[in-house]
Amino acid sequence: MSDPADIPAKALFVATPAVRRRLRSQRVAVVCLSLASLAIFLPLAAVLIGLVKKALPALTWEFIVDVPRKGMTAGGIWPALVGTLYFVTLSLLAAAPIGILAGIYLNEFARDNWLTRVINLAVVNLSGVPSIVHALFGVAAFVIMLRWGQSIRAASATLAVMVLPVIIVATKEALSAVPRSFREACWNVGATRWQTIRTVVLPNSIGGILTGVILAVSRAAGETAPIMVTGAIFYKVVARGDLFPYSINEQGMALSYHLYQISRNVPNMPESMLYATALVLVVFVLAFNSVATVLRVRLRRRKKW
Amino acid sequence: MTEAADNSTFGIQCDDLSLWYGSFQALYNVSTQIKPGIISGLIGPSGCGKTTLLRCCNRMNERLGNVRTQGRVLVGGKNIYDADVSLIELRKSVGMVFQRPNPLPLSISANILFGLQLHDGRRLSRSQQAEIVESALTEVMLWDDVKDRLKMKATGLQLEQQQKLCIARLLPLKPAVLLMDEPCSALDAEGTEAIEELLTNLRGRYTILIVTHNMGQASRISDECLFMLNGLLVEHGPTSQVFLKPRDKRTEEYVEGRYG
Repeated sequence: MSDPADIPAKALFVATPAVRRRLRSQRVAVVCLSLASLAIFLPLAAVLIGLVKKALPALTWEFIVDVPRKGMTAGGIWPALVGTLYFVTLSLLAAAPIGILAGIYLNEFARDNWLTRVINLAVVNLSGVPSIVHALFGVAAFVIMLRWGQSIRAASATLAVMVLPVIIVATKEALSAVPRSFREACWNVGATRWQTIRTVVLPNSIGGILTGVILAVSRAAGETAPIMVTGAIFYKVVARGDLFPYSINEQGMALSYHLYQISRNVPNMPESMLYATALVLVVFVLAFNSVATVLRVRLRRRKKW
Repeated sequence: MTEAADNSTFGIQCDDLSLWYGSFQALYNVSTQIKPGIISGLIGPSGCGKTTLLRCCNRMNERLGNVRTQGRVLVGGKNIYDADVSLIELRKSVGMVFQRPNPLPLSISANILFGLQLHDGRRLSRSQQAEIVESALTEVMLWDDVKDRLKMKATGLQLEQQQKLCIARLLPLKPAVLLMDEPCSALDAEGTEAIEELLTNLRGRYTILIVTHNMGQASRISDECLFMLNGLLVEHGPTSQVFLKPRDKRTEEYVEGRYG
């Protein structure tokens, strides 16, 4: 070791070859990481641009509000669009209350014992089950066992089971993000747990919970498999622009299933209509996701604990 | 709220109190009596069980799970570990202030009224509410600072003001005992001074038990001092005696700053 005084002052703080090597490897890492990030964005942009380009000739207001005509090859997608709204709304009406209440229980009340652990494990695994398996479960449970037949309610119930874990997990995460100190503050003025949850925990986690619900919506809207065997139908006579064309005991059309059918099973389908249908579905799902994102960002900005 | 007068005479008595977190024993047979109406300081090195003892006095430990308690803690002569004790009623009269101020993300006045509204429903008139808010904030010497912005979010206050608010929040419930867990550790010197002044102001009306890491603070504000070490209560006596003529060798070494 040489005495520091021996080193000429000029050489002080100048990068040695070893330091330069480390900086070089950092630059390589940064390039790789940013390329990977770009790779997430590019396909989405490409898909959207491609879709819009090819869909443009068919995309008119008429296309949205008109019913399919001439064996699907003309007209619009109204019955499928409304049908998707039916499926999504009904499945949400079933899944959101159960999911949120279960999430509250699991996060706030359940003690850490084997039963809770089993339930938590079930929630995680439920979200990993392939949607076609949900579909078969729906057939067995709702279509056959409950004798609901192939119907909108059977399909919605199947979707509800499928999105339940999304809502439960989001609720649990939103609740556990509320600082423990808020709860302690409440308990220390003699609040019961339920009062604490109602007055402090829920108002401060509602944003996260809603985000979960909205993500569940977008998942339910995009799925094809669970509804194709439980309640979606190829074609249904519906009046143009009718907002409530279906009864929940009968089958209904849906965007995702409609898209699947017209892309596989309809001869002489104009390509632009196909892409326009896909675009409407994508926009439907993206719109919900964006709402969720905006909500999350706004709530994050608002809460300063 | 007529019981308030009797409340103020509540002391705390620990009888042979032991506590385990899982298999780790945090308190060993603590027995002592904390006199009503005075400020008792709880001192000792980190991890000695000060906070644990404090949290035993309104059963906040139980939320952690895996906690086992043995012995008795009497508040106002009643064992708070008895089966018929309601945690809700207990915490009304034994309130706690934490290290980090934890105002609820509500307005200043809503924070003050929060506890009352949990218990009494919403039967308070506007003028009653205003009166309660004013008297609680006056008692903690915060009224003049915030009287023009009672609707402001409490989380926007300075830390020192937040901590005062957290103390004020307990007062409308007419507590007998205030437990404070290092209430100044998140504050600067000025804030600490303000809280100490406030504590002195509350002396006599509440039984105050305060955990502190700050020897100076313990000697300035407490009437009696409890020194703890490794889960044992080593010494408990008048503050001047504990600091100047400690009976135990370990107390002497600690107050002289040989460890901590």
